[in-house]
Amino acid sequence: MLTRIRNWLDERFGLAELTAPLREKTVPIHSRSYWYFLGGITLFLFGIQVCTGILLLLYYRASASEAFESVQYIMTRVQFGWLVRSIHSWAANLMIFTAIAHMFSVLFLKAYRKPRELTWVSGMILLFLAMGFGFSGYLLPWNTLAFFATKVGTEIAGQVPFVGHQMMVFLRGGEEVTGATLTRFFGFHVAVLPGITTLLILLHVALIQRFGMSVPPDVEAKWKADPAQAREMHFFPNFLLRELMAWYIALGVLGALAALKPWDLGTKADPFAPAPAGIRPEWYFMFMFQTLKLIPAKIWFVDGELVGILVFGLAGLIWLLLPFFERERNGRSSRWILGLGVFALAYMASMTVYGYVAK
Amino acid sequence: MANEPISEVQSGRRRVVELFLGGGLLASFLSFVYPVIRYLVPPPVADLGGDEVVAAKVGELKANGSKIFRFGSRPGLLLLNAAGDYIALSATCTHLSCTVQYRADLHQVWCACHNGLYDLNGRNIAGPPPRPLEAFQVHIRGDEIVVSRKRGA
Repeated sequence: MLTRIRNWLDERFGLAELTAPLREKTVPIHSRSYWYFLGGITLFLFGIQVCTGILLLLYYRASASEAFESVQYIMTRVQFGWLVRSIHSWAANLMIFTAIAHMFSVLFLKAYRKPRELTWVSGMILLFLAMGFGFSGYLLPWNTLAFFATKVGTEIAGQVPFVGHQMMVFLRGGEEVTGATLTRFFGFHVAVLPGITTLLILLHVALIQRFGMSVPPDVEAKWKADPAQAREMHFFPNFLLRELMAWYIALGVLGALAALKPWDLGTKADPFAPAPAGIRPEWYFMFMFQTLKLIPAKIWFVDGELVGILVFGLAGLIWLLLPFFERERNGRSSRWILGLGVFALAYMASMTVYGYVAK
Repeated sequence: MANEPISEVQSGRRRVVELFLGGGLLASFLSFVYPVIRYLVPPPVADLGGDEVVAAKVGELKANGSKIFRFGSRPGLLLLNAAGDYIALSATCTHLSCTVQYRADLHQVWCACHNGLYDLNGRNIAGPPPRPLEAFQVHIRGDEIVVSRKRGA
């Protein structure tokens, strides 16, 4: 029966021709092959987000007077609602974690090099979009933490010279964080960002398909010297089955976290209450939050937070364009990029830990 | 026909046609984009608060106590110091706009978001805040504590 369907399709669309690239695609085998799984796991978690997000949409109401109550309703009245929301929150965090790990693995295995510069750039934009998803989604339950996180976050956007204020008003839908902000963030979160992200994922995957998997430079050199050592497996089905196993493990971790540590809802946002003690952003913004806390009020006549924001903005831009700074392989610029990567990882990790430990 | 060489007159005409076509497309595109951009800018909201507000009733606050009141669309902080004087400040932190609170244990105003500290006159004394909090005038009218913006501020 299946063969007949396949033959029917093949006769009309040339299915064999269409799927040929998939069958010919190979994945190199070496001691660091495991890092190849991270991008796929991130993609899988994005799929989970789409599915659970659609489920949440069935009950969620995006207005300041109803948002908190509707999430409360999902968590207390809807059957398995707590699980769906919990999975959505946990998968969001795991997705950002695997995306960051994927980014550093690409950096340290030097997979960003020519001809893959645009693969890196599209991946970095995807990471920024994922953070945009996190930031906009964080507000949607309309709780106290989210309210102040959004206030601070949009205020940071407002500090950007020249266009800052317009940007802030655009994001907030007014001068203050109100129900109008919630409506806008909802629109970004469920329509604008998913659309752009889906297109970029297609581009990202198409670029990977075009260039094939990158082999770490030292392995590549060894294989070039002795081609008999080069080993690879077919993507379909060999690698895909291994990837599916990784997805299954990711799903297990996700399910365990969501069931054993259900995501908190907190208290409903009150625009006229002081910020609660111990307020902090999501962990992936923690290193920036802690830095902003430590920067003095004035650095040489300029507001300290402005300096911080500009430095982070510049760092983000450099990171986005990182492959273009490498002039020659294994030369000075290459070592600089490696050093910068180690420094960034160390800085982000230590500031994050510091943020959680410090009062 | 398509492969025939084109004369200079013809190519000049073609350029004019291209200019009109391109200009027309660009103009129509701008006419689509302009309303969209205007649509994205939210309409202004009238500030309902004015310059004066009743922040609390006399006797509502205990000594060394505080409360947040609405001043237009933003929060204000009213506190009663140990000497029995009312002080009213803007409650919006000058760092990144969180809402501050009075710390009775420190006798200072504190912002929980990034650990900013102000004294009771609103002066920024520690942490990241770059500017002092705006101070308001306090009058007692009957049993109402009235807060108003300082003139010329």
